[in-house]
Amino acid sequence: MLYDVTIDGKHYRLDLNGAEGAWSCRLDGKDFDVDAILARPDVLSLRIGNQAYEVKSERVANDLYVWVGSRRFAVEVRDPRSLRGRSRAGDEHGPKKIVAPMPGKVVRLLAGEGDEVEAGAGVAVVEAMKMQNEIKSPKKGSIRKILVSEGAAVSAGDVLAIVE
Amino acid sequence: MFKKVLIANRGEIAVRVLRACHEMGIAAVVVYSEVDRGALHVRKADEAYPIGPAAASESYLAIGKILDVAKRSGADAIHPGYGFLSENAKFAQACADAGVKFIGPTASAMDAMGSKTRARQAMERAGVPFVPGTSRGVESYREAEQVAAKVGYPVMLKAAAGGGGKGMRLVHSADQLKSSLEAARSEAERSFGDSEVYIEKAIVNPRHIEMQVLADEHGNTVYLGERECSLQRRHQKVLEEAPSPIVDVDMRRRMGEVAVRVAQSASYTNAGTVEFLVDEQKNFYFLEMNTRLQVEHPVTELITGLDLVHLQIRIAAGEKLPFKQDDVRIRGNAMECRIYAEDPDNNYFPSPGKITLLQEPSGPGIRLDGGMYEGWTVPIDYDPLLAKLIGYGTNREQAIARLARALDEYFVGGIKTNISLFRRILRDADFRAARLDTGFLDRMLKRNEANPDDSNATEVAAIAAGVFATLSSTASGAGNSAAVSGSTGSAEKAASNWKGASRTEALH
Repeated sequence: MLYDVTIDGKHYRLDLNGAEGAWSCRLDGKDFDVDAILARPDVLSLRIGNQAYEVKSERVANDLYVWVGSRRFAVEVRDPRSLRGRSRAGDEHGPKKIVAPMPGKVVRLLAGEGDEVEAGAGVAVVEAMKMQNEIKSPKKGSIRKILVSEGAAVSAGDVLAIVE
Repeated sequence: MFKKVLIANRGEIAVRVLRACHEMGIAAVVVYSEVDRGALHVRKADEAYPIGPAAASESYLAIGKILDVAKRSGADAIHPGYGFLSENAKFAQACADAGVKFIGPTASAMDAMGSKTRARQAMERAGVPFVPGTSRGVESYREAEQVAAKVGYPVMLKAAAGGGGKGMRLVHSADQLKSSLEAARSEAERSFGDSEVYIEKAIVNPRHIEMQVLADEHGNTVYLGERECSLQRRHQKVLEEAPSPIVDVDMRRRMGEVAVRVAQSASYTNAGTVEFLVDEQKNFYFLEMNTRLQVEHPVTELITGLDLVHLQIRIAAGEKLPFKQDDVRIRGNAMECRIYAEDPDNNYFPSPGKITLLQEPSGPGIRLDGGMYEGWTVPIDYDPLLAKLIGYGTNREQAIARLARALDEYFVGGIKTNISLFRRILRDADFRAARLDTGFLDRMLKRNEANPDDSNATEVAAIAAGVFATLSSTASGAGNSAAVSGSTGSAEKAASNWKGASRTEALH
């Protein structure tokens, strides 16, 4: 299998084939001797050469993370042959979703549809566990759509607004 | 002894008290709100009663509902845990009136300690050292001006009914006094319905050290050593340790004796904690008394070998303290990390949600008091404390080393936690040298820590991401088990290997 892997913004080309516990692995043209056991769902016991690692996979809303020891890496894995995967790659232009990072209640909307906002400007306030969290716009632009109303309960990953 | 105890709480402390009940052969009754049906304390209880909606005011704080459950279940006693109703004198009195034993001090002892100015007046009479200032609210700006000039700037304005930093103002000089006094008064009025404000000399960079006391109902009061609680954020404790690195045998005895006097002046019974501010010259000043079991009680348990919840229950049942002050021995060092559901990358905002993966540490010198499990959804409605990880060692260095090791084993997936904060604290040179005060954590967090640039770990992550993708694309069937089969092998072959191994080991 061929993968395009993006880790914290850095791209890798990974050629990985595994069957019956034996793996062949080539990362950016370099060969690695890999041995992997899935200890339980989301927990991998990985050997690269004789170095041993416990690696965990975590999915939060739409984001995927891989933990090596106590370090967390934001990961995207794409099949380079799939067009759908490619089109998702980094778009600073065009509309951006503003999502709730945690479940909670929308207590206040700080911007309305059509408002111009700066990058980092507060768009909504979500309350959870008695703490209010200001959800900020990821970019400068105008609010194209507000998808929640004040008082609404939201889950992690729910889209609150779209900024363009 | 009680046959049945009702636990009027939730989360890790409900589980902690429940465990003590079971250890003592007592049936545990719990209550839960609508969003806590799946909570760990309900799973482990002998009896569980729903008490209404998520809002604490309509469930865990509803005195009538809780007493009703006590009556229906036939509980002899109620343990309030900490928070919620634990320091509510009306509740303690209502329990007494209903003929159910409240496991804690009496309503009148709570009342005596509840108002900070009233507690201060009682302490003055008992000869307890406290921070110079007024022991009653200031009447006017003119009086405030005089007191501040007498004790010397900087001064602290505090709400008499206060707590949690509300109605508190630090005043550096005389020209700020008037506006600060007005602000503190109106904030106190809004927060507590009581605008009484008093003045204290501000202690710069103090340590926060507290003394555990225990009193039975036969007039015996002992102290069980101190806890260093200087590591705080937004006036909330983050990491506590016992004993304090700066308290020696003599200072411990002096602080302990003051704490015992404080407790006795209010005819205090059961477990309580006397808090002190300690200045740079190691002078200690009475701050307040907490009339309940503290979150951080496990560090005292580990260094004294006592079980405070067992003792609370025995005292409430009318037993005498089974030891005297001279029998109390302090051995080793213990340290507690409060694991919160909060996001270190987003200014420590709460991060509730579903726990998708949980790997908990264990091993030498590690104790874990938790209230969560894998698959549980942390509700958005309550305090974000998930668990307390406590390390014990023969000395402070070993306690730190064990905690650091345990933190590396600890993994909570699906939600954010502050585990990484503790890794950082335990690595910090000032922390390791025990140079602590209440401003420590804010200063540490202001320093940007350089991220170790480890391209090797990044390559490992890239390969692992591919392995996960490969396994999940072939998962939901043969592929997944094929990848695992290498480790399990054939059951028969494994069994015969084990037999061989046990024979080999028997020879040694």
